[in-house]
Amino acid sequence: MVWDFSSVLANSDALIAGAIGTVRLFAICLVSGMTFGLVVGLGRYARTRWFNWPATLFVEFFRNTPVLVQILWFYFALPIVAPFEISPLSAAALGISLNAAAFSADIYRGGIQSIERGQWEAARAIGMGWGQAMRRIILPQALKRMTPALTSRAIEIFKSTTLASTVAYVELLQQGKLIASINFNPIEAYTTVAVIFFVILWPLVQLTYALERRMKRAE
Amino acid sequence: MTILRVRGLTKRFGDNEVLHGIDLDVVAGERIAILGASGSGKSTLLRCLNFMELPTAGTVELDGKTVGSERGGGRIYRERDLTGVRQRVGMVFQQFNLFPHMTAAGNVMEGLRTVRRQPKAEARARAEKELARVGLAEKADTFPAHLSGGQKQRVAIARALAMDPEMLLFDEPTSALDPELVGEVLTVIRSLAEEGRTMLLVTHELGFAYHVATRVIFLAEGAIHEQGTPDEILKSPKKDKTRAFLAGHRQFSF
Ligand SMILES: Nc1ncnc2c1ncn2[C@@H]1O[C@H](COP(=O)(O)OP(=O)(O)OP(=O)(O)O)[C@@H](O)[C@H]1O
Ligand SMILES: [Mg+2]
Repeated sequence: MVWDFSSVLANSDALIAGAIGTVRLFAICLVSGMTFGLVVGLGRYARTRWFNWPATLFVEFFRNTPVLVQILWFYFALPIVAPFEISPLSAAALGISLNAAAFSADIYRGGIQSIERGQWEAARAIGMGWGQAMRRIILPQALKRMTPALTSRAIEIFKSTTLASTVAYVELLQQGKLIASINFNPIEAYTTVAVIFFVILWPLVQLTYALERRMKRAE
Repeated sequence: MTILRVRGLTKRFGDNEVLHGIDLDVVAGERIAILGASGSGKSTLLRCLNFMELPTAGTVELDGKTVGSERGGGRIYRERDLTGVRQRVGMVFQQFNLFPHMTAAGNVMEGLRTVRRQPKAEARARAEKELARVGLAEKADTFPAHLSGGQKQRVAIARALAMDPEMLLFDEPTSALDPELVGEVLTVIRSLAEEGRTMLLVTHELGFAYHVATRVIFLAEGAIHEQGTPDEILKSPKKDKTRAFLAGHRQFSF
């Protein structure tokens, strides 16, 4: 068989729109997922039941349900139980962010727990409160140690943006599907989508590796 | 002037009572060496004085004011009370516990910046002054990973001094050091003694205790077993346990 990418190239506008949609969804999910994940992670770390219990419930729930089901639920079921419309972007962003938060929460907790007790004690010995010690002493060190785990989480988030195609959000896979169905060229269309993902992700991953190496050297 | 008054200080970990009602008065300018066998409660006593551990019972009074507030026959300690106390009672740890992500000056400035909210330039100037005092002026911008153990401990001392504490607690400040680095840290502590600072020092350096301390306390099984001047305790102890402890230590030179 002959590979013919001309029909894909003819739809490059659609692919660019898809790429923009993918990156936008990724950015939203990365920021909100990792931020909310930190809040949940602190709750998981807390010994107070009032923080710990809801955080644990949240993590267990969202780790043990498929993201795809969550996206579909937010898109199709939520408007029925609650009186408002939800866009494909919001439904996908909610599902992916909450899932990302649940997974990153345990990365944060593990990172915070890995910091030696002596660091807490030294911070408290100069009069720092819990929040000050966490922000100035514990988190900066923990984040450094967590970078590899958070990086792979970020890559997972990037790839899971393709799930948004199930609610017809305009992202790369959705556009690939569209091109394939119009031109009957699934091989070329999906190959192109895969290559675009690789081309965006690979340099990002290399960059984070380089950052990690630089941080190691700085120590 | 008594700056610290401890009454009936008791600490339990679960069922294990580690301190059994310690009474202790510290007068400004006193330098108290605390000796005792491993597990006798030296660290726990020190840690209760700046509330790294919360006393199970008893009171700690700083400058005439009892720390914490009374409730239902016991005491409760609010974070706000404790952060205040800890700024006034500095602590130096056996393992230094420097912040590895900050330079030497950054470590010393941290309390001034974050707790005291001092402007950067002011905190930096103070940090340089304290580092110079411990002989590390030229290491201000060095990270802890590039400092020797002795230098780390001197930075840790500077970090405590920057908060202008009324009293300093040292928990075996030289025990984690290679023998050849012990001297530089002891020299710094001795210079603080000469300035008339109030300090409590847990140490196994008996010779140092003899020369620097104004009072020696021998702790055994969570209680003050014997106390007195360095001469009384280190040269002519009255109690058997104290004698046995001293006999078990390497001969020290006066
Ligand atoms: N956080 C803790 N939880 C439970 N038990 C503790 C804790 N800290 C200390 N202990 C116990 O309290 C007792 C006294 O310990 P402490 O560290 O005060 O002794 P120490 O005199 O400083 O000994 P060393 O010379 O070995 O440092 C020990 O039996 C120890 O096991
Ligand atoms: Mg100890």
